[in-house]
Amino acid sequence: MEAYLDNSATTRCTDAVKEVVVRTMMEDYGNPSSKHMKGVEAERYLRDARETIARTLKVNEKEIYFTSGATESNNWALIGAATANRRAGMHIITTAIEHPAVLMPLQYLEEQGFRVTYLPVDERGHISLQDLEAAVCEDTILVSMMYVNNEIGTIEPIAEAAKIVKKHNPRILFHVDAVQAYGKLAVYPKKLGIDLLSVSAHKIHGPKGIGFLYVNEKAKIHPLLLGGGQQKGMRSGTDNVPGAAGLAQAAKEAYEHLEENTQHLLSLKQRMTAGLTELSRKLEMDEAAQGKAATGKAVSGKAATEKADPGKAGSGKTGPGKGGQELKPVVIHSEEGEKSAPHIVSAAFPGVRSEVLLHALEERRIYVSAGSACSSNKKLPVSAVLKELHLRPELLESTLRFSFSRYTTQEEIDYCLQVLAELLPVLRRYARY
Amino acid sequence: MFKTLLIKYGEIAIKGKNRHLFEDALVRQIVHALRPVEGDFHVYKAQGRIYIDCESNYDFEETVDALKCVFGIVGICPVMKVEDEGLEQLGNDVIEFLENVYDIDRQTFKVVTRRARKNYPIESMKVNCELGGRILDAFPGMRVDVHEPEITLHVEIREKIYIYSKIIPGPGGMPVGTNGRAMLLLSGGIDSPVAGYMICKRGVRLDATYFHAPPYTSERAKQKVVDLAKKVAKYAGPIHLHVVNFTDIQLYIYDKCPHDELTIIMRRYMMKIAEHFARENGDLALITGESIGQVASQTMQSLAATNEVCTMPVFRPLIGFDKQEIVDIAEKIDTYETSILPFEDCCTIFVAKHPVTKPNLNAIKRSEKKLEEKIDELVKTALETTETIRIE
Repeated sequence: MEAYLDNSATTRCTDAVKEVVVRTMMEDYGNPSSKHMKGVEAERYLRDARETIARTLKVNEKEIYFTSGATESNNWALIGAATANRRAGMHIITTAIEHPAVLMPLQYLEEQGFRVTYLPVDERGHISLQDLEAAVCEDTILVSMMYVNNEIGTIEPIAEAAKIVKKHNPRILFHVDAVQAYGKLAVYPKKLGIDLLSVSAHKIHGPKGIGFLYVNEKAKIHPLLLGGGQQKGMRSGTDNVPGAAGLAQAAKEAYEHLEENTQHLLSLKQRMTAGLTELSRKLEMDEAAQGKAATGKAVSGKAATEKADPGKAGSGKTGPGKGGQELKPVVIHSEEGEKSAPHIVSAAFPGVRSEVLLHALEERRIYVSAGSACSSNKKLPVSAVLKELHLRPELLESTLRFSFSRYTTQEEIDYCLQVLAELLPVLRRYARY
Repeated sequence: MFKTLLIKYGEIAIKGKNRHLFEDALVRQIVHALRPVEGDFHVYKAQGRIYIDCESNYDFEETVDALKCVFGIVGICPVMKVEDEGLEQLGNDVIEFLENVYDIDRQTFKVVTRRARKNYPIESMKVNCELGGRILDAFPGMRVDVHEPEITLHVEIREKIYIYSKIIPGPGGMPVGTNGRAMLLLSGGIDSPVAGYMICKRGVRLDATYFHAPPYTSERAKQKVVDLAKKVAKYAGPIHLHVVNFTDIQLYIYDKCPHDELTIIMRRYMMKIAEHFARENGDLALITGESIGQVASQTMQSLAATNEVCTMPVFRPLIGFDKQEIVDIAEKIDTYETSILPFEDCCTIFVAKHPVTKPNLNAIKRSEKKLEEKIDELVKTALETTETIRIE
């Protein structure tokens, strides 16, 4: 059995997406900028795609611009908005747990003279609206905030935040990185007060290399890519027709049965968290039973070997009496139910490094993430987002993310839980501190 | 413009009656190195030289880069090959050569003629003078300097006449395949690929063993070792890489032995396993990237304790090198960037906080007694499940 539980990293395309992508590559492959029939035909795909997407957001299709994905959307939204409004002010507000595709352009803007305030988050990843209110000032021109956190699934209070910002100054642009929200939640920018919204296709069963930026028609931003003047001069570059058509198809499918899908995801999440809680309890009991026979660290249950190594006895940081309260074998970060995204469960397995558990699961054809896939290439695999939650180091280095899609089955969840129950007692025996 | 390259080789020339063996090996290695390069190359030896002719179009830079990886080559000379049509014509050829190769301005030069064909009617010194005169006439700005010339024009008179002035340095060493084979213990680190490079520079063919410890080491860590082996194979030729699943042995040692001795005991088993495959492959020695004192497992005492399990000679070409010296070579052979990719290798997984630096062999052996129950079977399983990858 295989269980792909890494849908927040990327998803498999649906059959209908594949078909429309292939069709626009093999048959209707024209360039929308061409004057002939082939071009007109291709342009129709583009127009339909824009319409479809606009409908899911309840916005005007003129406000949808295709990009190469969320990284470009975020870069464009931030740099384009900042440079277009610099005369109104030089201050930008964001949160400490944004994706690097937001943080890096902001760092670039700081080098260009802009001031950026990074709002801290609580241990569940929420910003405080009071902090936001206090941060907005006379020359604030832009606020950027993610909708759903990609690592632990926290839903930020977007509507309330937008209200605070707009009350202060309606001309402040409000940007939302909605990569993990679009397709999972109903997102209505006009109702929420969002001016700019970044989305990526491959997180919702669309193709990679395509995404869009919603730009409220009243919002003033500069283009980032200059060239042939496509998309009203706002985003030059030959139109990616297969990408746009694939993205629109994926968006349509995601929102067709949103209510149903959400219920399904929530039931998966419920099953996963309940399973993990039960697993944690069982591990604790089993190890306590074994621990009685030996001395020392009951938590890791490897006391037998510790005797040979008196220097290390009792050095386990998770052991009783160290670092405050004893950690459970499984610590779930994500909030329950509808308080956080329905498709993400983030949990730590203290004593078992996330990479090790990830590869052990991989051997059983279960695929998950340690931190987020995008930050896994860095030298220290510890996630910046998790750090901002001020988790204890034992939790930081042992956190995995399980993320689902509407195609994930209960059987996959059960299989994952079953394999975890097999692996953890062994891996915990060789815990390294 | 150069249809021919002349290959200079060093030590081979002194190998007496075995010389042809070394030359043949060098020709073979050159042919192998040029296989992926586009062009119809003809490699042959003649009168104590190796020549590469290429009548078709070829990419000069790419060809030279490939040759720079062939041990045994001391210099690569792009030559102009002309027929012997008398001294007058030779003068014309030399002038054409200079015009093509240099922006002639006010350089200093000298002509060095070698007359390998002794029945050539004019003596070398005379040829030097004649050609020098022709050059001075043709390029009024040039001057002769026999001590430190900017251009040294070589003219070799054989069946045909070869004109060259540039010698691109080769890697030196001995042609791979002339000095037997050895088994390299390849980790994902900086040192072991360099050690492999150093050994194959002396003409040794390589095999390699890598210890994989899933799930503690990832598929990417293994890919990294395959990538490193590929880079070494550019010099060494095809390598058989044995990927040993070491997890169970490691965990068993962890369970049974004192933790400060883990690394030493683990390395002793690595050596044993590597030696097993070395014997199977007909390798005559083990190669490691160890350097005295670099880490706890590489103190003199630790090296001795590790070495003790082997009956084959263990060569450690980096033994006297500082880290920076090793890094310099790693950068030269383009393994450094790959080596520093941050994936755990199996040595770093269960490292004790304070490993022994002066292991006592008796104590180690006593600890290993505790493994008796299962270790042979675990080693047997590891040998049986080893995956062998052929690296080109």
